[in-house]
Amino acid sequence: MAGQGMSASLLQLENVTIRFGGLTAVSELDLQIGAGELVGLIGPNGAGKTTVFNLITGVYQPTAGKISFASAPTAKLKAHHLARRGIARTFQNIRLFSSLTVFDNVRAAAQLHCERRVINSLWRGRAFREGEQEIARQVMELLEIFQLGKFRDESAKSLPYGDQRRLEIVRALATKPKLLLLDEPAAGMNPTEKVELARLIRFIKDKFQISILLVEHDMQLVMEICERIVVLDYGIKIAEGNPDEVRKNPKVIAAYLGD
Amino acid sequence: MTEFLQQLINGLALGAIYALIALGYTMVYGVLRFINFAHGDVFMLGAFAGYYLSPVVNKFLPAQSYVGGALVLVLAMAICALLGVVIEFLAYRPLRSRPKLTVLITAIGVSLFIEYTCQHKSVFGAAPHKFPDLIPATTINFNGLVIGVNQIIVLVTTAVLLVALRFIVQKTRMGTAMRAVSFNEPAAALMGVNINSVISFTFGLGSALAGAGGILFAMNYASIDPLMGVQTGLKAFVAAVLGGIGNLPGAALGGLILGLLETFAGGIPGVSNYRDGIAFAILILILLLKPAGLLGKSTVEKV
Amino acid sequence: MNSGAKRFLIAAILVAAVVSAFSAQFNRYYLGVVIDIGINVILAVSLNLINGHTGQFSLGHAGFMAVGAYAAAKISIVFSDKIPAQLAPVLFVAALLSGGLLAALSGLAVGVPTLRLRGDYLAIVTLGFGEIIRVVLQNMESVGAASGLKNIPHDTNLFWAWAFAAITVFVVTSIVNSTYGRGFIAVHDDEIAASSIGVNPVRYKVTAFVFGAFFAGIAGGLYAHHKQFLSPTGFDFLKSIDIVMMVILGGMGRTAGVIVAAVLLTLLPEFLRGFAEYRMILYSLLIIVLMILRPQGLFNFKNPWRAKA
Repeated sequence: MAGQGMSASLLQLENVTIRFGGLTAVSELDLQIGAGELVGLIGPNGAGKTTVFNLITGVYQPTAGKISFASAPTAKLKAHHLARRGIARTFQNIRLFSSLTVFDNVRAAAQLHCERRVINSLWRGRAFREGEQEIARQVMELLEIFQLGKFRDESAKSLPYGDQRRLEIVRALATKPKLLLLDEPAAGMNPTEKVELARLIRFIKDKFQISILLVEHDMQLVMEICERIVVLDYGIKIAEGNPDEVRKNPKVIAAYLGD
Repeated sequence: MTEFLQQLINGLALGAIYALIALGYTMVYGVLRFINFAHGDVFMLGAFAGYYLSPVVNKFLPAQSYVGGALVLVLAMAICALLGVVIEFLAYRPLRSRPKLTVLITAIGVSLFIEYTCQHKSVFGAAPHKFPDLIPATTINFNGLVIGVNQIIVLVTTAVLLVALRFIVQKTRMGTAMRAVSFNEPAAALMGVNINSVISFTFGLGSALAGAGGILFAMNYASIDPLMGVQTGLKAFVAAVLGGIGNLPGAALGGLILGLLETFAGGIPGVSNYRDGIAFAILILILLLKPAGLLGKSTVEKV
Repeated sequence: MNSGAKRFLIAAILVAAVVSAFSAQFNRYYLGVVIDIGINVILAVSLNLINGHTGQFSLGHAGFMAVGAYAAAKISIVFSDKIPAQLAPVLFVAALLSGGLLAALSGLAVGVPTLRLRGDYLAIVTLGFGEIIRVVLQNMESVGAASGLKNIPHDTNLFWAWAFAAITVFVVTSIVNSTYGRGFIAVHDDEIAASSIGVNPVRYKVTAFVFGAFFAGIAGGLYAHHKQFLSPTGFDFLKSIDIVMMVILGGMGRTAGVIVAAVLLTLLPEFLRGFAEYRMILYSLLIIVLMILRPQGLFNFKNPWRAKA
């Protein structure tokens, strides 16, 4: 399955529509993300960006249309299945595990790819202990890369805001994703922090060799780092292209100026 | 045929009482999103209010008169409304912003507190009490179909109360505010709705209905005790879930369905012993098949 | 950390064996209370896995306890005169485990369909389940129906009660304090975030439910062979509330606190025997005051495994 028929695109949305009662939140959306690509998804408030995220991650099922990831359809798969397949995400309003430490927040995610059963945690043979040590090592390595190692035993909720955002990204990366979805990571950040964030996103893409879909309000950040940008308005794709093309597109200007 | 009609009337009378209690659960759930476990005990207190009020009322009105019965009913409803408001103020209001489970556990505590206090020998005592006849105990016989006047009173009173409730909720300022809080509390608060008074009003209204249910129940079943609200309350809650929690017509419908099912099942040999399990079997089934209830709308959680 | 837990398990079982060897010296009344404590520790610690660590709210623990109690008692009654006397302990343990497994199975049957539900609905469904169990037992002639099940062999002693309590504590802490076990707390904190990192919330909740039910069943079996008499009314809603109170008082999710609470709440009624008529009034008032003033529990102190909230 992995060998033949591998198209260039990692994630593919074809004609995806979702309705909530009478409201069409996303309408006939086509979207591709290739391996190693960094794509931006922008649009005014209520354009349906987060809904697209929730469709991709299996929180919602589309009313019509098809989504496939790594050449396999994702219909009926739940969020935790898709996480196993390699889709990781962050949330607009940070969702860390508040009663776990920084270290354990990441460790809970890092266990994804090792088969752990209840019985193992009771018997705890050599293989189990070595597995636990290996996970702990990987978690520490990740935390160090993102300068969070010094907080390892702090409660996740006690971190400063910017560090919480980074921790959420680290937690997502610990599941070893192929595609990382970032939902408004710059929300609530000051200009200096945004510059730092742009550097961080590029660093993640290069270091971990993954695709990233970035939903963002801040046009400047998206224009600066994304290779390709998709613009949504009222659930409809109104433009797609490189930052220059999108910037000059009259429809985009109209949507943003509220014409 | 006669037996069927007989069971139908018995079932409707029982269902009407469930409906009255279920409305209180559903209204409180609508505005506060929590299960008021103590609601069944307010129903019990309504019955006891009637028990103690009846001799007092009989001092200046003839015993077993319709006017006297109505007065007892109204007074018991008022007492229960007051109790509901007090319970909310003392036990639930301090917990308004706490996790739902904390409030749920508190409600269980309130329920146990009322039950044990009432069982104490210096309050009501644990033994059952015989409820006095509020109205003349007569029956009407239609070709072998025996209908107690009590049963007719239950159905008529319930119908009147449901119409009154509908008027309050749909046509009055307070009712509109209740619906607004139930729909979107923060928005209602921003629009200048006084959340506290709406919640107090909701508790008062729901408790008054439970009190009426208590009197009607006692008139039909004659024996009352401090634990009578436990099973009946739980079943009325199931009725609320069956109809769609938060939905007023749903609660009434759920109550009637449950009353009918229990009554008809009680007539089937072999099943009748399991009568008390029916409500919970329905609960599990409805939550599996249609968790939003018969008349409720399903909602999508926002991520 | 786990080698510590294994050492605790072995030490606790040894202590139980040694103390049990001298139990003939004890006053029968105190011995009974001490066994009650062991049984209540099992109930509270197992419910804590469901209500505390995984953040669900079950009001049906007495129902699972009833399943285990009746199953184990029936097995003992049926087979006790068919086997040689020296095999009696084997039969006893087999009966306990069967009771536990049957309780776990009913936990699975209740859990799989209902654990998708929101917290307060789950509370009502589990309560309903407990009531259904009670109604069924009241009508089952083979287990004595409403008049109760009598003549259960007196097999539970201090050793068995405490050994099973130690095993329960060991299993629950080992599960929770493993990489796998972070999943329980992740589900407790935020189900949507948990599923975003590949944790299946339903599976975790069902696992907690089944394990919790299993140990409740074991506790039921111990209880049956301790009291030698079972009545359906002994497993009502109030019994579930008693167990819930131990978990709340001890601090949801804190094993040590829950054990302390189980011990205290077993002893308290014994001390309050003289005030029996006020006991339950005070008890319910305690629930309300505790929820308003200290919802995190009375014995919820610093816990080395969990961050401060």
